[in-house]
Amino acid sequence: MREITYAEAIREALRQEMQRDPNVFLMGEDIGIYGGAFGVTLGLLEEFGPERVRDTPISEGVIAGAAAGAALTGMRPVAEIMFMDFTTLAMEQLVNQAAKTRYMFGGKAKVPMVLRTPAGSGTGAAAQHSQSLEAWFVHVPGLKVVMPSTPYDAKGLLISSIRDANPVILVEEKLLYRMKGPVPEEPYTVPLSVAEVKREGRDITIVATGVMVMRSLAAAEKLALEGIEVEVVDPRTLKPYDAETITKSVIKTGRVLIVHEAYKTCGFGAEISAMISEGPAFMYLNAPIRRLAGLDIPIPYNRNLEYHTVPQVENIIAAARELMAYK
Amino acid sequence: MEKRIELTKEQLLDMLSKMRTIRAFEEKADQLFALGKVHGTMHLSIGMEATAVGAIAALRPDDYITSTHRGHGHCIAKGGDVKLMMAEFLGKETGYCRGRGGSMHIADVESGNLGATGVVGGGIPTAVGAALSVALRKTGQVVLCFFGDGAANMGIFHESLNLAAIWKLPVVFVCENNQYAMSMPVARAFPIENIAERAAAYAMPGKVVDGNDVLAVYAAVVEAVDRARHGQGPSLVECKTYRWKGHSKSDQERYRTREEVAAWKKRDPIARLEAYLIEQGVLTTEEAQRIANEAQQLIEDAVAFAESSPEPRVEEIHEGVYA
Repeated sequence: MREITYAEAIREALRQEMQRDPNVFLMGEDIGIYGGAFGVTLGLLEEFGPERVRDTPISEGVIAGAAAGAALTGMRPVAEIMFMDFTTLAMEQLVNQAAKTRYMFGGKAKVPMVLRTPAGSGTGAAAQHSQSLEAWFVHVPGLKVVMPSTPYDAKGLLISSIRDANPVILVEEKLLYRMKGPVPEEPYTVPLSVAEVKREGRDITIVATGVMVMRSLAAAEKLALEGIEVEVVDPRTLKPYDAETITKSVIKTGRVLIVHEAYKTCGFGAEISAMISEGPAFMYLNAPIRRLAGLDIPIPYNRNLEYHTVPQVENIIAAARELMAYK
Repeated sequence: MEKRIELTKEQLLDMLSKMRTIRAFEEKADQLFALGKVHGTMHLSIGMEATAVGAIAALRPDDYITSTHRGHGHCIAKGGDVKLMMAEFLGKETGYCRGRGGSMHIADVESGNLGATGVVGGGIPTAVGAALSVALRKTGQVVLCFFGDGAANMGIFHESLNLAAIWKLPVVFVCENNQYAMSMPVARAFPIENIAERAAAYAMPGKVVDGNDVLAVYAAVVEAVDRARHGQGPSLVECKTYRWKGHSKSDQERYRTREEVAAWKKRDPIARLEAYLIEQGVLTTEEAQRIANEAQQLIEDAVAFAESSPEPRVEEIHEGVYA
């Protein structure tokens, strides 16, 4: 199969869905001639024209709110917020309006919108352009939160998100945009709310999200040389998430390491840890549940400080070895 | 009261009837609250009936509206069924939102009422998005966006008016300036005399009208709707009006005088329309009384329907979070 980048996979999903469904359109800052801050929408303006690829002013509140209003009245907007940090400016519209509309209208309305937004550190952009804020949205009923970790998943999950009848936040990882992987040319879907076992193993379950999936797979390769067989589970959708696949894996391995970049306190890992503790997998645990996450500090600028703010491959290996010390 | 646009007798009486129905609905809502039959709060628009009715009378039935937390009048003016509204107000399964929304969130998307929102200014971008949607689908519909004076000081107001203006979207922004954002009077909240002046910053027409004169509201909104329908973009219409009641049920009204409220009550939009229609020979005193009685009866029937309706089932509490 041909290999394309994560960014190209997202672009291909957008292009194919726009070709398939005239109700799909794009709006966001600098998504036209500029092609998006990360080049994801390059070429789409030329192909679909300014009616369907709409450059907006720097107005995150109305980008999110107008997407919700358009969705409520029959369109399928895909809005882009240039950095996840800037979703703070759209919170009212996302949390109080888009997420709540269906329920508070008695289930008689639909808001089929997608909000794409790049997250994560590693680019030297410091505290206001590096955050991973997915846990905020996971906390809100009515939203779906999707976080692809491979080009294949990025295309398939985005197509599913566009076709879904709910507001979906697609968290894209900046560090993954240039990563290549096999992606079919034809449109296909990856179902929402279904986790994937990215690597099978018998000793430890690593539940990882976003860029941490790749790091966990790299750590697993090295741990295998020591005889430690790691199973890597990628939830892919964080809300509503697939507890069953995670539970099955934990029952099989008896040890859990949860890895994400976002802050540890009240992060997605806390939820997964609590779910395991409350569920049937708890009785199978041979070691305490371990979480690796970003430090509770704003992302620093300095390269070395930034590196040490979020989990790296060596941290994952060390944590896995510690978990294996429990007999 | 001026006669500005030719309206048929039927249209004029429909306006009066809707205003009467709004007044009756809200007076009943107030009573039900006093009787302890209502869970939660409510925001009454008594005294402001002309803004809702005058503005919505300028629309086609298939046009959209977005509403506010003070939205009973908008819903009735849009042709909402008072039975379903009252059932929603009492939190019943038969209500517009199956008892999940209540007074602040009444919506009927299918009939073009895109809903009320409890967050001040929260519905303004919804209206812009709906207008974008109709522009993309080329349906020729118009979106009428209600909001209060308080919303006009929120960032989202400016973001929304700007986007609607640069994209020439078919939306009419109707500011119901009822003089207070809770306790904050417009004179202290704005450095300008008229909120409509802000339209100039977005190169759209801005018009101030007497919001207690239903025909003046109608005339101004007809003009704005006409522009919107013909691809000339958005407008801002500021209706100067007054809410007779407090902000919500917890309001002690320490921020205004009884004299001020009494002075505005003398400008009752319903009494004004009645007097005008009688003076013009369109209406007799008996007909006026009949319209008032019919409105009262509609509301009594709505209460009976709501009170005899079932409560939502707890087993279905999760329904509707996701589609």
